[in-house]
This record gives sequence, C-alpha cells and structure tokens, in this order.
Amino acid sequence: MTETTTSTMTQARRQTVLSFDDVSRTFPDGTFALSSTTFDVALGEFVAIVGPSGCGKSTLLRVASGLDAPSTGTVTVDHDSLGYVFQDPTLLPWRDVRGNVGLFAELDGMARSETARRVAENVRLVGLEGFEDKYPKQLSGGMRMRASLARSLVMDPDIFLFDEPFGALDEITRERLNDELLGLFQRKGFGALFITHSIVEAVFLSTRVLVMSQRPGRIIESFDVPFAYPRSHDLRFEADFAELSGEISHALRGAHA
Amino acid sequence: MSAGTETGIGLRVSTPVVAEEVAPPTLSPGGRFRWSIVIGPLVTLALFIAFWEYMHRDGMRRFFNKPGFLVPSPATVIDQSFLDDVVRIQMFKGLGWTALSAFIGLAIAIVVGIGIAVLMATAEWIERSMYPYLVALQAIPVLAIVPLIGSVFGGGIGSRIFVCVMISIFPIVTNTLFGLTSVDPAQHDLFTLRQVSRRTRLWKLQFPAAMPAIFTGFRISAGLAVVGAVVGEQFFREGDKPGIGVVVEQFRQKARFPQVYGGLMVAAALGIAVFFLFGLLGKLVVGKWYEPSRRSS
Repeated sequence: MTETTTSTMTQARRQTVLSFDDVSRTFPDGTFALSSTTFDVALGEFVAIVGPSGCGKSTLLRVASGLDAPSTGTVTVDHDSLGYVFQDPTLLPWRDVRGNVGLFAELDGMARSETARRVAENVRLVGLEGFEDKYPKQLSGGMRMRASLARSLVMDPDIFLFDEPFGALDEITRERLNDELLGLFQRKGFGALFITHSIVEAVFLSTRVLVMSQRPGRIIESFDVPFAYPRSHDLRFEADFAELSGEISHALRGAHA
Repeated sequence: MSAGTETGIGLRVSTPVVAEEVAPPTLSPGGRFRWSIVIGPLVTLALFIAFWEYMHRDGMRRFFNKPGFLVPSPATVIDQSFLDDVVRIQMFKGLGWTALSAFIGLAIAIVVGIGIAVLMATAEWIERSMYPYLVALQAIPVLAIVPLIGSVFGGGIGSRIFVCVMISIFPIVTNTLFGLTSVDPAQHDLFTLRQVSRRTRLWKLQFPAAMPAIFTGFRISAGLAVVGAVVGEQFFREGDKPGIGVVVEQFRQKARFPQVYGGLMVAAALGIAVFFLFGLLGKLVVGKWYEPSRRSS
C-alpha cells in the first residue's frame, strides 16, 4: 500500500477546496439526515460517495453547496468557485443551449464577450458544438446532461459537486460521459465530490471512495483508489478493480445491515 | 423522477384556474390536415342549426306556448342582420366600439393584474392578505354592481372599460401568480447557488417560467373582457359610441328579433376571435420551448 500512502501525502500538500468539519444536519421536521461528517476534498482529488438510498447523500451535497445550512459543524468552501451538477439536468426550457450554458456567468455579471467566449469553449468541450441554438426539449437526455455540465464548467470551478448526474442515463451514454468527465478532470484539475449509487462508477472515476451509512448518514469507511489516470475504459474489467469494488460492496452491505 | 421533471416546467400541478393548453386540432402531428378532426364539430353545428330551426317552426309553440318569431330561423337572422347593408354597418361599427373598450379594459387588467400578482408572489403574507378580496371581487355579481359603477364613472365609455377590467382581472392575477410561484424548485436552486437578487430571480426565472400560465390567463380574460364590454353597454348607453351591446338593446326594444340574434352572434364572434388571437400570441411567445403536458388518452 505504499503507493496509496504517497498519494495521500501528495494530496495533503494540495489546496483544500471543500472541508466538512463535524457537520450534521437535522431538518425542521426532526429528520436526522446527516451525522457528524468530516472529510476534505483537495484540488485534483476526485472523491466519490456511495451509500444506501435515502442515507443523506443529497443532503450532504446541498449542505456543501450552501443551498442548505448545517445544523452543527462547519463547512468551508468558496461559493464563487463552485460547480454543481444536479441529478436532473435542470436546464431552463426557455433558453437555448447557449443561453443555458451561459446562465451562471450571466447571473454573476460576467462581461458579455467573456461569457460568449467561455460558452463557446465549453460547449465544444462537452461535444455540443452545432447545438447552440437548440432548446432543451429538442435534446436527448445525454445532451441535456452535457449542457448542464458545461454550465458549471463555464465558471471554471475549483470544486465540482455531482449529485448522481448520470443515474437516469443508459449504460453506454453513462460510460461515455464517465470517460469524458475524467478527461475534463485531468485537464482542469478541479476537486470533485461525486455522489452515485453505482460502485463501478465510483471506483472508475475517483481517487477516493467514501461509504456512507444508513440514515442518519455518516462516513463509515474510506477507500483510496490507486489506479493512475488516464483510466482506460477496460479498467472496469481488471482484477484489481473488481477486488476493490468487492471490498466497497462489502462495506456498503455492512452499512445496510 | 427524471422523466417527470424533464417534461414539466412547473405546470405539472393541475389547478382549476389554468386551462389545459390544447394544440390546434386541425393538424395531425405530421402537420397534415385530417378531415376526421373537423367532421365532429361540423356535425354538432348542423345538429344545433337543425334544433334552432325546429324551435322556430314548432318548438316554441309546442313547449313554451310562445310565438315562433321570438326565435327567428337561422336563415332570417342571416338575411336581416348580415345581408341588410344598413344593419350590418350599424353592427360592425358597434363591434368596433365594443372591441375598443374591451381592449382598453383588458390592457389595464393585464398591467394591474400582473402588478398585483407580482406583489402577491413576493411574500406569502401579502398573498394571504389579498386573495380573499380577489375572490370576493370575482364573486360579486357583475349585473348588481354595474349600476353603482355608473353612479361613479357616469354613463359613457369609462364605465364600460371599468366593467371590463373588473370582470377580466381575476384570471390574470391567479394564472400569473400560479405561474410565478410554481417554478421548479431545482430551477430556483440554480439561482440560489449564484446568490442572485430577488429582482433577477423574478425577471430571469419566474417570469419566463410563468409565461405559459400568463398567456392562459390572457386568453380567458380576453373573452371575459368582451363579455364585460357588452354587459357594460347594455347599462351605459350615453355618448356617441354605441357598441354592439347598445345596438342589440335597441333592436330588442323594437322587437326586431332577427337583428338581436345577429348582434349576439357578432358579439360572440369577437369573443372567439380574441380568444384565438391570444392563443396564437401565446404560441408565438412560448411555442418554441414549451411542451404542454398532454393527457394520455
């Protein structure tokens, strides 16, 4: 495990872009959703969270993004440098792709020419070139997700939050988007917090996988993922990959019990 | 979950106030004209005209023991109201005046109604403070309040416009309010993430999202404004602007029933025309992006 130790030490020297310090969240109706959660995400780190459904994964992201406030504990994050990809693409149906991708920039009052430049660049980056004038209802599910991704990319965020973004897509589209997301990750070097219920997706994408317990959710185990980037599509079928996935699955089963 | 959210734009919640958006029925999805779709309405029309003719010839006497001329036959109506030059010109001039007060009234109702809806959408306590009185306004019988309006605004076009505003403002307020407040929470999250001002949220999120509902309100109100104008005219006949309601009333006093029926048809045609005009306008504004959720049949 020397390799893992080295990588952890490297990460420790990197800039932390999201920090949870003993964070919990109880809703006004008494639902105890999140319990004493502590972890950090650094630049260049891709952290995946897996957990049983209803364990508070989405709550964790909402708290991380500032959409929801923690009941106790502290979240440290730079809101101006935060990207958020929702479970649904959540595009505004009255805006075409260009208008949707430029939304955050526009809301932040970025200069028009700069917005246009960044929109063009990121539309190209997610492979939506030629679709700039299309409305969401004219796009497929995968294309909507790409537009949603580009919308956050435009802001060039240091920390990127993903809330099971590819869960509703078919397997092939999902794997393609996984590959493309990793491409973006390597290129931009942001820190990522990625929620998923797919262990394979978690291991394939991340540098670290956190396993959450049932509600009230808290992190019960952490697995470092040692595979080097760029990761090939076939990594998913290698023995090491299967072994690690098995361990995580085992931990997850423990969380369910 | 995703399927529901993708097709909806916040109009998934059904309310009795918002009429279901229906695509023009004459075109099939492929854009080809289909006879089967117009045959139904045509048959209904034929049956209605046949019933009308029957009431003229026999029904009035048989069922109500009244003379048949009270319900002139369709042919007589057309002959004496639309083929008679003097009557036709009188009617269409009247229609012009009616349309004028209806449009002015509707314009005022739109501006004031949207203003009220925006105010109500800003805070729940404002909504709660105002809503009962809007319902009350809607519940007041127009015919009962019209004479009171006359005593304030006089017997001219001002009173007619006021009646139009009163009768047509409610659907605009409720539909706009519904549209502004039923925006997808996930879309709100997008704006919350960027910490935008309330004003930005209103202009860039709530208003665009509410457009389909707002146009539904316009369409309902446009028809009501015409009704308001005609009702107003029946009471306020002063001045040199005799609308179609005045014309109809004059014919009624002279017991010229074919012209009364003709006048009513003209007034109804105006209502139908504005209804479709606003339907078309709505399509132009939101048709590009809006997918009305269709009932699966």
